[in-house]
Amino acid sequence: MRLKRKDILTIEDLAKDEIELILSTAQSFKEVSEREIKKVPTLRGRTIINLFYEASTRTRTSFEIAAKRMSADAINISASSSSVAKGETLKDTAKNLEAMNPDCIVLRHPSSGAPQVLAGFIKCSVINAGDGSHEHPSQALLDLLTVKEKLGRIDGLKIVIVGDISHSRVARSNIYGFTKLGAEVSVVAPPTMMPSGIASMGCNVKNRIEDAITDADVIMMLRIQLERHKVPLFPTVREYSRLFGLDRKKLGKAKKDIVILHPGPINRGVEIASDIADAPYSLILDQVKNGVAVRMALFYLLLGGSRE
Amino acid sequence: MNRILIKGGRVIDPVSGIDGLFDVYVFGGKIAAVKPSIPPGSPLEKGGVGDLDDWTIIDATGLIVCPGFIDMHTHLREPGYEYKETIKTGAMAAAAGGFTSIACMANTNPVNDNASVTRYILKKAVEEGVVNVFPVGAISKGLKGETLAEIGDLKEAGCVAVSDDGRPMMNTGLMRLAMEYAGLFNLLVISHCEDMAISAEGVMNEGFTATRLGLKGIPNAAEDIMVARDIALAELTGAKLHIAHVSTKGSVELIRRAKDNGIRISAEVTPHHFTLKDEAVIGYNTNAKMNPPLRSQSDVDALKQGLKDGTIDVIATDHAPQDIVEKEIEFDKAANGIIGLETALSLSLMLVSDNIITLPDLVKKLSANPAKLLGLDNKGALKVGADADVTIIDLNKEWIVDSRELKSKSRNTPFDGWRMKGRAVKTIVGGKVVYEG
Repeated sequence: MRLKRKDILTIEDLAKDEIELILSTAQSFKEVSEREIKKVPTLRGRTIINLFYEASTRTRTSFEIAAKRMSADAINISASSSSVAKGETLKDTAKNLEAMNPDCIVLRHPSSGAPQVLAGFIKCSVINAGDGSHEHPSQALLDLLTVKEKLGRIDGLKIVIVGDISHSRVARSNIYGFTKLGAEVSVVAPPTMMPSGIASMGCNVKNRIEDAITDADVIMMLRIQLERHKVPLFPTVREYSRLFGLDRKKLGKAKKDIVILHPGPINRGVEIASDIADAPYSLILDQVKNGVAVRMALFYLLLGGSRE
Repeated sequence: MNRILIKGGRVIDPVSGIDGLFDVYVFGGKIAAVKPSIPPGSPLEKGGVGDLDDWTIIDATGLIVCPGFIDMHTHLREPGYEYKETIKTGAMAAAAGGFTSIACMANTNPVNDNASVTRYILKKAVEEGVVNVFPVGAISKGLKGETLAEIGDLKEAGCVAVSDDGRPMMNTGLMRLAMEYAGLFNLLVISHCEDMAISAEGVMNEGFTATRLGLKGIPNAAEDIMVARDIALAELTGAKLHIAHVSTKGSVELIRRAKDNGIRISAEVTPHHFTLKDEAVIGYNTNAKMNPPLRSQSDVDALKQGLKDGTIDVIATDHAPQDIVEKEIEFDKAANGIIGLETALSLSLMLVSDNIITLPDLVKKLSANPAKLLGLDNKGALKVGADADVTIIDLNKEWIVDSRELKSKSRNTPFDGWRMKGRAVKTIVGGKVVYEG
């Protein structure tokens, strides 16, 4: 089975059954990473380019490992060492890479919409590995897989996402992903980090973490992206942490069987207290593990099998 | 001497209150007569009887004949950015859109902040431009918002207004000085109203669409605040203030109230702001990126109401050519602006077919009103003795916008592929036909 689409650009335009297909495929690929020889020949002869215009450790490594475990040839390009630094436009870079006939380009880019623009220029598949403040579909898919694995379902769950919602592509992808699978999503941020009209995406909007988490099944903490703030959106990190950081005291208001997610990298002691990040109910490392499986599934579903 | 007789058209001249079937006789670059029927070769007060071969007869049966349109907000990009547009190509685009005069903004390179640049533009316009070009001088030196440009020199050299358009005047103190000083020359001060402390790094209208696309928003308040400020300064200084490219409901309301209070204020709106909503950006369409941004439905409705009740005096294009290297890129990095000279009339005629405004009212907002604001005494009307700038429109002409076919050097229009009705079929400048469609 393959996805009947060329690209994975957003969760917004994925249908529920497509998301479910990706999750079940990812589940079946998890086993590969547990083997002694962690490789299947499925994508032998396929070429995947990881084109990263932003620094990334986790996501880039995850895509690279996923490609290699599927036996595809993976090439990494980072903006600082590439022709981008010489002033080439995204379109020209895309056209030049396309001339070398890759099967898929994985794009991480600081500008919202860049993967969509890229996909319009070239014939090979494009996977969005995070674009500006827009979407990060593979992250949402691995979050969905992690929650589904731990809690057995998504439908009917209450998910709370806390942090810099304005600048978060993880939040946007997760709002669409969790609501499409039947969960109820609430977003929590100070008003300075809550984007206009976000409720129209189908989520609840709350300003105080204490009110939001009392009946939550999952709390997802987001990193404060200070690098995206032109001016500080809150007075001090200390005050943000006191009001919106997840610590043992606030967590006391949550249900006993709560689970905690964080897309990483975490800022210990800022949005999440160190002991909580390391607690058994923290699924942070499960997320990372599932990331590889989800990305293997995406490659397989876009590039695998015989081509029409 | 060249004689033109425009026969049998529906002549609309809001200034003289004419709307009916008339013949228009042009002689010596001026309007020589407007009468119910002028047989070719007939004796007239101006021009007299000539050789019949001398007369160019234009059959305007079924067409609209009106004063040549005046776009008081164009970016010609010359000097400095000739790869986007030149005075020659911009003037050709204007003629094709029915505009016989254009006022060009000062944000060229070098900036039009001194008389030598003004004279350069005017010289090029005479040599290469098929329409009249009226430079707008800068308010501040280098558009930096720090010290006044030599506004007196600019006026003498031929500037018809002053504006730092493209750059909001954040320095309130300097804006006050500019308004006071421009008053000395009875010059219009055109203000691009935007509080950059709020618009910051915004790239489109703030709201759900921006949030969904992950793009930084510009709230209406960024414009409203500056409109309110400039109204207060106009009241303080008594200056002639003109608000460029109004995009918000709040601005319309503020301007309406200021007019009610007797403040000398006028305003313009662009066809794209009353035609498109911010959803046009979906798909990261950089041809829907401009400043001010496309707004919401309630803003569009308010702009139309403002046109209807006279709060908004002028339709202007904000024609802003950009090369593909500035547009075929990531949305947040793309340049602002669209070309507008060749689509403005067709888009504006939709206001007439939707019964928002009448055709004479539209003609007024495209000719008489801008002429008055810019002090162009011999333009904007079809009265005897006026410059023979005439636009002839076929209201029923259907056409499809093809950006490759446009006269402008740039292709950045969100209306590519749009089906339009109504277009200029002849543009006459100073008694010379400069465009035939």
